[in-house]
Amino acid sequence: MEELLKILQTNACASRADIAKQLGVSVNEVEQKIAEHEKRGVIRGYQAVLNEDALNLDTVTAVIEVKVTPERGGGFNRIAERLSKFPEVRSAYLMSGTYDLLLFVEGRNLREVASFVSAKLATIEGVLSMSTHFMLKTYKRLGVLMDSSHEDERLTISP
Amino acid sequence: MKTNGSPSLRDRLALPVRDIPRSGIRDFFDIVSTMRDVISLGIGEPDFDTPWHVRESTVFAIERGATHYTSNLGYLELRQALSGYVRKKYGVTYNADHEVLVTVGVSEALDLALRAILNPGDEVLYHEPCYVSYRAVILFAHGVPLAVETRAADNFRLTRAMLEQQVTPRTKVLMLNFPNNPTGAVMSRQDLEEIAAFARERDLLVITDEIYAELTYDGAHTSIASLPGMRERTLFLHGFSKAWAMTGYRLGYACGPAEWIDAMMKIHQYTMLCASSLAQKAAIEALARPETDIATMVDEYRRRRNFLVASFAEMGLECSRPAGAFYAFPSIEKFGIPAKEFALKLLEQERVAVVPGTAFGACGEGFVRCAYATNLEQIKEAMKRLQRFIGRLG
Repeated sequence: MEELLKILQTNACASRADIAKQLGVSVNEVEQKIAEHEKRGVIRGYQAVLNEDALNLDTVTAVIEVKVTPERGGGFNRIAERLSKFPEVRSAYLMSGTYDLLLFVEGRNLREVASFVSAKLATIEGVLSMSTHFMLKTYKRLGVLMDSSHEDERLTISP
Repeated sequence: MKTNGSPSLRDRLALPVRDIPRSGIRDFFDIVSTMRDVISLGIGEPDFDTPWHVRESTVFAIERGATHYTSNLGYLELRQALSGYVRKKYGVTYNADHEVLVTVGVSEALDLALRAILNPGDEVLYHEPCYVSYRAVILFAHGVPLAVETRAADNFRLTRAMLEQQVTPRTKVLMLNFPNNPTGAVMSRQDLEEIAAFARERDLLVITDEIYAELTYDGAHTSIASLPGMRERTLFLHGFSKAWAMTGYRLGYACGPAEWIDAMMKIHQYTMLCASSLAQKAAIEALARPETDIATMVDEYRRRRNFLVASFAEMGLECSRPAGAFYAFPSIEKFGIPAKEFALKLLEQERVAVVPGTAFGACGEGFVRCAYATNLEQIKEAMKRLQRFIGRLG
């Protein structure tokens, strides 16, 4: 992967000037490259990685395995895109193995997720069956450890 | 304790030990460790964690009971893996049965190498600024250290002409360390060919400490051992501390001609017995997938190097471009104060720790070592403070 993207993937807030210094190029060049990536849709957005457990929210996340009937012509795409459009669906993937689609669904509480699953997802044509798992605790997300009480154990000066 | 006019204990110490001062780094550490909120650019070890698969395998090694003595040379499985790694990475082939010795860090390997080869009075050529222990280990082995000064103007590279000025008929060994601590200097293949020719003509043995070999940023590393006619006179030293961030494991190794390795093995056998079995197991795991572990760290170091060098340039601090290890060695000569004073003042006034160049040899005066084995946020803040500080110095 391009180095600029690697930097942004670890820290999307890195200043353009700092990135330029790290890559040994001009700020202008960095800005141009980023604009290009945004325009081409390589960079789809910038988000903070939150430790939601620390916010004491009551939100609920369910991971749902969905089996669907693929369509002639469109395969899984049409139904996957249709499912993805619900704002409750935070992530959606096509999978190999015993099921077809993997959805991450978020709701304010258990009842909201349950009703979304039964009223919306289950009734969509082509959905054959579902298996819903509720998430209990997040240890790591997007490569970031949620508990990072990690102290530098190195000596402050060493040869 | 002094009794009845017998000599004090100090007077009874072995002379080479008594007469050598403690490492300048140690003194500086004592000062820094009394202070709070210091950003340290003085740390000579990676800030990255040891790769998890290596740590996890160490736990497994304990569970499995790999907690006994190993062969004096080290586990055969490890020596075979090392031999394969060195062949693939540096293009030199060593026989795992009798040309590879696993040691407690490169530090032990260096000590063994010198003790195995030096008779009292034999001279050893080495280049300064250099790692803090070189002069000391030569003296402990009853050798005579001959320091060759490298210069910022040459990007701290070593040249044949510098060696010619110091060499004598009593010179037996040439010690090299590239990529270099503390300057970050590297030697190209062409640079090394000149040195190799000198070693062959003078019939010198070469000890090459290539602990930072994986950490080069502008091109591939060449080992002097891989040059024609060098393998038979060269001892290649390497280890896991830097590239794998395994400093605390204390694991290094030496590859070289069987007679030299065997002589080192004798000392190692009688004094150390073997390197830690657990560290050896971890090293076997580390060698299973070196590329992925190291590449991420190298990319990050390169970006920090670029950042640091650009920051120095912005504040008008002269610095020869470091191309390896994780050190920059900027010149502070223009401020007209000794490196030690500069470092102390910077520490007191701005809470940034750098190491005075004099810790690495007298010719390090006028320089400070800044390690970039610390995260970018810290480096950025340190540069801000450094700029403020030198602004006041004028």
